[in-house]
Amino acid sequence: MFSFIAKRLLTAIPTLLILIVVSFLLMHSAPGGPFTSERKLPPQVEANINAKYGLDKPLPTQIFNYVKGIVVDFDFGPSFRYKDRSVNDLIEDGFPVTITYGLISALVAVLVGVSLGVVAALNQNTWKDYTALSFTFTAQVLPNFVMAPLLVLLFTLKLGWLPGGGWEGGKPQYIIMPVIALSTSYMATIARITRSSMLEVLNSNFIRTAKAKGLPHNRIIFKHALKPAMLPVLSYLGPAMVGLLTGSVVIDMYFSTGGIGVLFVNGALNRDYSTIMGITILVGVLTVLLNLLVDVLYAWIDPKIRY
Amino acid sequence: MTPFKKTLAAALVSSAVFMVGCSNDEAAKPAEEAKAPEAEVKTGPTHPVTGEVLAADQTFTYWDLDEVSSHDPQIVEDVAGSYRVRNLFEGLLNQDADGNLVPGVAESYEASEDKKTYTFNLRKDAKWSNGDPVTAGDFVYAWQRAVDPETASPYAWFMEIMSIVNGAEIIAGEAPVDSLGVEAVDDYTLKVELTDSLPYFPMMVVHTTTFPAHKATIEEFGADWTKPEHMVSNGAYTLADHVVNERSEMVRNPMYWDNDNTIIEKIVSIVVPDENQALIRYKADEFDWLETVPTGQFKSLKAEFPTETYATPRLCSYYYTFNMTDSGPEAFQDVRVRQALSYAIDRDVITGQILQGGQPSAYTFTPEATAGFQVPSVPYATMTQAERDAKAVELLAEAGYGPENPLKFNMLYNTSDSHKQIATAMSQMWKAKLGVEATMNNMEWKTFLTERGEQNFELARGAWCGDYNEASTFLDLLRTSSGYNDGKYSNAEVDRLMDEAKTMADPNANYTAIEQILAEDMPIIPIYHYSFNMMLKDTVKGWPVNNIEGNWYAKDLYKVAE
Repeated sequence: MFSFIAKRLLTAIPTLLILIVVSFLLMHSAPGGPFTSERKLPPQVEANINAKYGLDKPLPTQIFNYVKGIVVDFDFGPSFRYKDRSVNDLIEDGFPVTITYGLISALVAVLVGVSLGVVAALNQNTWKDYTALSFTFTAQVLPNFVMAPLLVLLFTLKLGWLPGGGWEGGKPQYIIMPVIALSTSYMATIARITRSSMLEVLNSNFIRTAKAKGLPHNRIIFKHALKPAMLPVLSYLGPAMVGLLTGSVVIDMYFSTGGIGVLFVNGALNRDYSTIMGITILVGVLTVLLNLLVDVLYAWIDPKIRY
Repeated sequence: MTPFKKTLAAALVSSAVFMVGCSNDEAAKPAEEAKAPEAEVKTGPTHPVTGEVLAADQTFTYWDLDEVSSHDPQIVEDVAGSYRVRNLFEGLLNQDADGNLVPGVAESYEASEDKKTYTFNLRKDAKWSNGDPVTAGDFVYAWQRAVDPETASPYAWFMEIMSIVNGAEIIAGEAPVDSLGVEAVDDYTLKVELTDSLPYFPMMVVHTTTFPAHKATIEEFGADWTKPEHMVSNGAYTLADHVVNERSEMVRNPMYWDNDNTIIEKIVSIVVPDENQALIRYKADEFDWLETVPTGQFKSLKAEFPTETYATPRLCSYYYTFNMTDSGPEAFQDVRVRQALSYAIDRDVITGQILQGGQPSAYTFTPEATAGFQVPSVPYATMTQAERDAKAVELLAEAGYGPENPLKFNMLYNTSDSHKQIATAMSQMWKAKLGVEATMNNMEWKTFLTERGEQNFELARGAWCGDYNEASTFLDLLRTSSGYNDGKYSNAEVDRLMDEAKTMADPNANYTAIEQILAEDMPIIPIYHYSFNMMLKDTVKGWPVNNIEGNWYAKDLYKVAE
């Protein structure tokens, strides 16, 4: 197990390097640059700015300096757009926000989604099943960019219960709507996956054997059926977690939470090379780590898998 | 109480109400004060001049579409950032509610006869937020910093058009930074030497790039000096908190020289990158001010909130530019084609049906609202649309285009719903009236700018906002040498008139003459002039609605009790 983890971590290094080089080149090949604006800069002014940020050097040198900065000083460079901050500052400020509402959303999605799925599967073709199913279908067709404004209309404008946005260091009233908006569609997917895989497990031979042995119902469900039924959920959770933790652009846009999601999109639009690179690397590292975590959990849940 | 007494009391009350209703503010004061004891529990004191009862909470909260670029006066490059800097710092001169120059750090200034030397006399009671006096040396430092290649200020170009001696040379790295033509004669006298006579120079020092900077702080903290814990500023407010992409807070600066007359205690700005979401939060009373409203919603908002919705003229033009170089279509070399295309656009449909925000239709590049600018009576502006249409058909036929030989070209704009609506309307008008086939192309912003800047277009959208309130800020764009002249229009007479205008006491006759030439040559199609379509809560008073540059100072605002 240990050597497996070590091997996976070592192969992550070249993966990340390739990611850096490819995104760097893609970013620089997009037309325009961080300092392209309606008001075209006089050539001399532009040259001064390019010199300040090292953009006047050849691309290979820029990539080398960039990677060197990260490895040697853990410095992701200055932001070209938010000039009062470095990329390190931006990530330090934004990532805790994203991680907070991301983790809570993940927790809510898993708890509610799995419960719904299990209830639906155990009561197949009854009103409980149909209610759970119709709920998940509704939730699925309501993407978060539709949910978010609807929530604000309801809870802020009509009822006046919750502030329409902000973060304020993460006070509960600022977290509720982002979590609902972000977790709902994940929750629906998890509920559907749980339901179908639970149904499959319940119809399998070892459950029939357990029933024949006369094991108590609850024990069959929670000890024997739930664990194998969770495997498909787990494979879904790996990439979903990366999405939850990094890609919540919509949440940041609608709720002005100040997470890193909005930096990702703005970084691309503003050609803020250093910010987009910093976030890309962060997402890359998270993807590698979370996939590794899922694989380790797999081995823990499924005795057939051994590394 | 007997019925008679009741009637009497009712009559007294109603007459009192009536009196208040038709009296002016002065007479209303006693009535307000009479009510005060009861109201005082919830509300603050009264306004020293107008006597209105002030709200207890003097927090002004407004919306930012995007996080600002910087709080550093010499680095900031966006409009939202300049709002912050204008409240955090104070330059030599300020503007009043009508956009007139009023004293800032400078109490007065003198210009030499040839308008090439300006001397500013600084007030002695201006202080930085750490208690240091604001001196002429702080301005010298800031201005040198703005042109220093090492600072790499994106607004160095503004210092260049200010024509300060050696400014351009320093930016180009050809002269030492301390050779800039600005000098602290003593601590409270600042002398500026210019290479050209600029009669509008004082208007330019309202710009945030010219605001002072605190040398000791910048030298101590470097790029980190703008963080709230380090920042030293000289404006009416100081930066208390700044969370990128979430919110900023500015609070009163007790060291500010005019702090006693400041009423707003705190300015909060919140980033919401979606216009519709911002509007919902305005309706939920989370914002006092929305800088703009979503396109097309102005009319319905005006109906819903008649007193909170404003449309005021703004120093910006929306236009399309013909590519007149060899990379453009040959047809655009023909002035008749350019005129026909411009004439056939019914601007009133665009402003009245699509934008619906009180924008004036444009027949000249320079907005009518520009100070001192006389709009020439260009022929096509005075015709009716039917006359323009008839003329357009005639001109295009003369140029050799018609049903069997239709004119075809591409029109380019940056991706946005509102640009798309306007481009659709324009191409439909051309199609219906002239049989012209215009293909619409849109590109993401930065790609669009690059393509347009490299003349990879046929007809492209453009927009320009004035840097100062004078027509040359617009007309400079159409000079042969201008870097912003994307269509590469060139007319020797325009260049000559612009050169001449630089040294004239009143150059407005030249500007009018240039607009007349432009209406003939039609290198661009002016569509409309912008307006500020904003929403402001009724409780906020003192907003400079007549300042067409949109420069506002929170120190001049106040909130009244509801």
